[in-house]
Amino acid sequence: MHILSMLMLALGAAATVTLALQASDGVMSFHAGLMALFFLAGIVLLHRRRSKWTGDEGYEDGIIRAGAIASTFWGVVGFLVGLVIALQLAFPVLNFDLPWTNFGRLRPLHTSAVIFAFGGNVLLMTSFHVVQRTCRARLAGGWAPWFVFWGYQLFIVMAATGYVLGVTQSKEYAEPEWYVDLWLTLVWVVYLLVFLGTLWKRREPHIYVANWFYLAFIVTVAMLHIINNLAVPVSWTGTQSYGLWAGVQDALTQWWYGHNAVGFFLTAGFLGIMYYYVPKRAERPIYSYRLSIVHFWSLIFLYIWAGPHHLHYTALPEWSQTLGMTFSIILWMPSWGGMVNGLMTLSGAWDKLRTDPVLRMMVVSLAFYGMSTFEGPLMAIKEVNALSHYTDWTIGHVHSGALGWVAFVSFGALYHIVPIMWARQRLYSMVLVNVHFWISTIGILLYITAMWVSGILQGLMWRAYDHLGFLEYSFVETVAAMHPFYVIRALGGLLFVIGSLVMTYNLWRTMRGDLRLEASPIPSAEPAPAMGAAS
Amino acid sequence: MSKKQIDEFSGTETTGHDWDGIRELNSPMPRWWVWTYYATILWAVAYWIAMPAWPLLSDYTRGLLGHSQRAQLSDQIAAVKAGQADLIARTAKAGLTEIQADPELLEFALAGGRSAFAVNCSQCHGTGASGSDGYPNLNDDDWLWGGTVAQIEATIQYGIRADHDDTRISEMPAFGRDEILNPQQVDEVADYVMALSRDDDLAESLPGKALFSENCVDCHGAGGKGNSELGAPNLANGIWLYEGGKPAVVDTITHSRSGMMPAWVSRLDQVAIKQLAVYVHSLGGGE
Repeated sequence: MHILSMLMLALGAAATVTLALQASDGVMSFHAGLMALFFLAGIVLLHRRRSKWTGDEGYEDGIIRAGAIASTFWGVVGFLVGLVIALQLAFPVLNFDLPWTNFGRLRPLHTSAVIFAFGGNVLLMTSFHVVQRTCRARLAGGWAPWFVFWGYQLFIVMAATGYVLGVTQSKEYAEPEWYVDLWLTLVWVVYLLVFLGTLWKRREPHIYVANWFYLAFIVTVAMLHIINNLAVPVSWTGTQSYGLWAGVQDALTQWWYGHNAVGFFLTAGFLGIMYYYVPKRAERPIYSYRLSIVHFWSLIFLYIWAGPHHLHYTALPEWSQTLGMTFSIILWMPSWGGMVNGLMTLSGAWDKLRTDPVLRMMVVSLAFYGMSTFEGPLMAIKEVNALSHYTDWTIGHVHSGALGWVAFVSFGALYHIVPIMWARQRLYSMVLVNVHFWISTIGILLYITAMWVSGILQGLMWRAYDHLGFLEYSFVETVAAMHPFYVIRALGGLLFVIGSLVMTYNLWRTMRGDLRLEASPIPSAEPAPAMGAAS
Repeated sequence: MSKKQIDEFSGTETTGHDWDGIRELNSPMPRWWVWTYYATILWAVAYWIAMPAWPLLSDYTRGLLGHSQRAQLSDQIAAVKAGQADLIARTAKAGLTEIQADPELLEFALAGGRSAFAVNCSQCHGTGASGSDGYPNLNDDDWLWGGTVAQIEATIQYGIRADHDDTRISEMPAFGRDEILNPQQVDEVADYVMALSRDDDLAESLPGKALFSENCVDCHGAGGKGNSELGAPNLANGIWLYEGGKPAVVDTITHSRSGMMPAWVSRLDQVAIKQLAVYVHSLGGGE
């Protein structure tokens, strides 16, 4: 097995070195070089750490520590780029008239960094943590989980540097070109096998609900990724390709992918997080087993239909728009099932919200989840969409889900995991968690309220006609009207970035083993020494 | 694995599962949740019956209401067009001054002109038509090619230095670049032009005056009052198309300028062009 692994890595190295030398453009040469470095580093690591990856005893926790660091790092990077592009929209001079710093290239850098780099690493980290603990089994596959982790980081670096250097296939949330897509497919299939392998050797009779959600996320994302990215490369040694789909079929495939990236990456995966860390933190049983079964299968069945609501009033046939819209409405309760189950799990532990800001973060994330999964079906209604589509309302909706739900539940998981994985008594500071919570919550509220107002204003201005049937506003007048809201949005983003830096500091001190003397009551920890005053 | 037990707080039975300390209650699903779920399903089924919904082999279910987005759109466009038809027909037949004299046609022209201006002209002339560097302000009474409503219409139709046989065209020599004047002379002419624009008595005594008379008066006229037949700007009124100030004037004399505006006759219909002419003429500076 060891020889075979070495052989595969050596083959990979040889192939990518050849590609780097033969590449027909600079970016391909650069990316093939990165892949070659990856394989060579893999050979060295595999040789040195052979003994660590052969046993089946205990848990593989090193990868969870690595995941916590990677998640925090990419989170801060993604939020910062988001702040930069928010400022660019308010003050276009910040594009600096350079191709590499242009909004068009930085925007996918932001979306991919927060969704795939931050969100993806949180999902890898928590799924590896949860599946081991709830199956009472070590991660399957020896060094395979580490291949998934580092292979995924390589995917992120290739995607991000590609965007900045101008390589894109121009599909939203699926911008990386064919060779990066192939690489991710390889990594993802190994991820699936590791997850399935761990479930297979579990020492519990049943599979915990969090794992259903993780598995649904892994399987569906693989399917979405492969079908949406089918393409024919112009040359095996170049970055460019032609997509297999064209016209309205391309649009529908893209939004079938795009919406289910939200449904299975940012919802199903993160519900997996919720189902483990909320009951863990609240120290209460899950509210309803039956509800979790019904809302899981409903969610899985219904989400996949909802994509066409991104294409209302386009060339997409009306019947298809109807299906997208009606299934989005039916999806409302199945989405809320997760919120209900999470919030009701707190019954008997509501008092903890006062004392545990980590749990409070998770609960507020569920509230934002509930809000955005109500707003989503609302916006999927054709008549509402006629106003909201293409406006900032969509951006506000996405961010109430992304900042409020995805990021907050991730922060909660990180705050929970880090003291456990580094074997610390507790977090360095609960006061700082509280500070993070409030700064970020205010930031989110500023962000989404600014985008609601500007989005509705924008939609109304676009559709305004005078009594003689002439358009009321020019496009540029609607752009000028957005300016104050763009400034407020950037301010909200700034607060969110500051919050994430507070978290980074807190987690770093926790990893180092520092404890801040604080008098606030902390659940599941030693009573704080009386001498330290809360400050 | 633990056995089924009763949760103390809620009094509900657990399922008996235990994962890493996490148990599950066997609570029934909340009634409101179940009924809302059913209600959304019923609503969806009703919507499918009423509206186009499910694909068939070569067609789709059309729905009882027989609704069609495309038909709805063309109906709405047709309704707006029908509402405008009479005014459009009358505008097409009327001359520009007749439009200005008829309150109903004037209101229609100002509304249509403002809208067409916002879509087609504001990119260069600004949403308030106040122009910017190199793009004339249309609110003042300084006109390069004439400010009567007919002259404005001709400018809009054929453009300036545009790709059209009837376009307005003129060319100022690049006095410095083509070495008609040396840099010293360019500087002197610029001083003179600046003095003219300030209505300065000193102008008469400046050395640039003679050079101006030799090289510039043919187009710009004595005293630099300009000539709208040739598109030669008035240099004496303190209004500058390019920045203003002596460096910009030196630059103009040295390299010349040749701003352009597209010919709209091939892009907009005659009615829209008439409306634009009336609208721009109304902005404040029409002659």
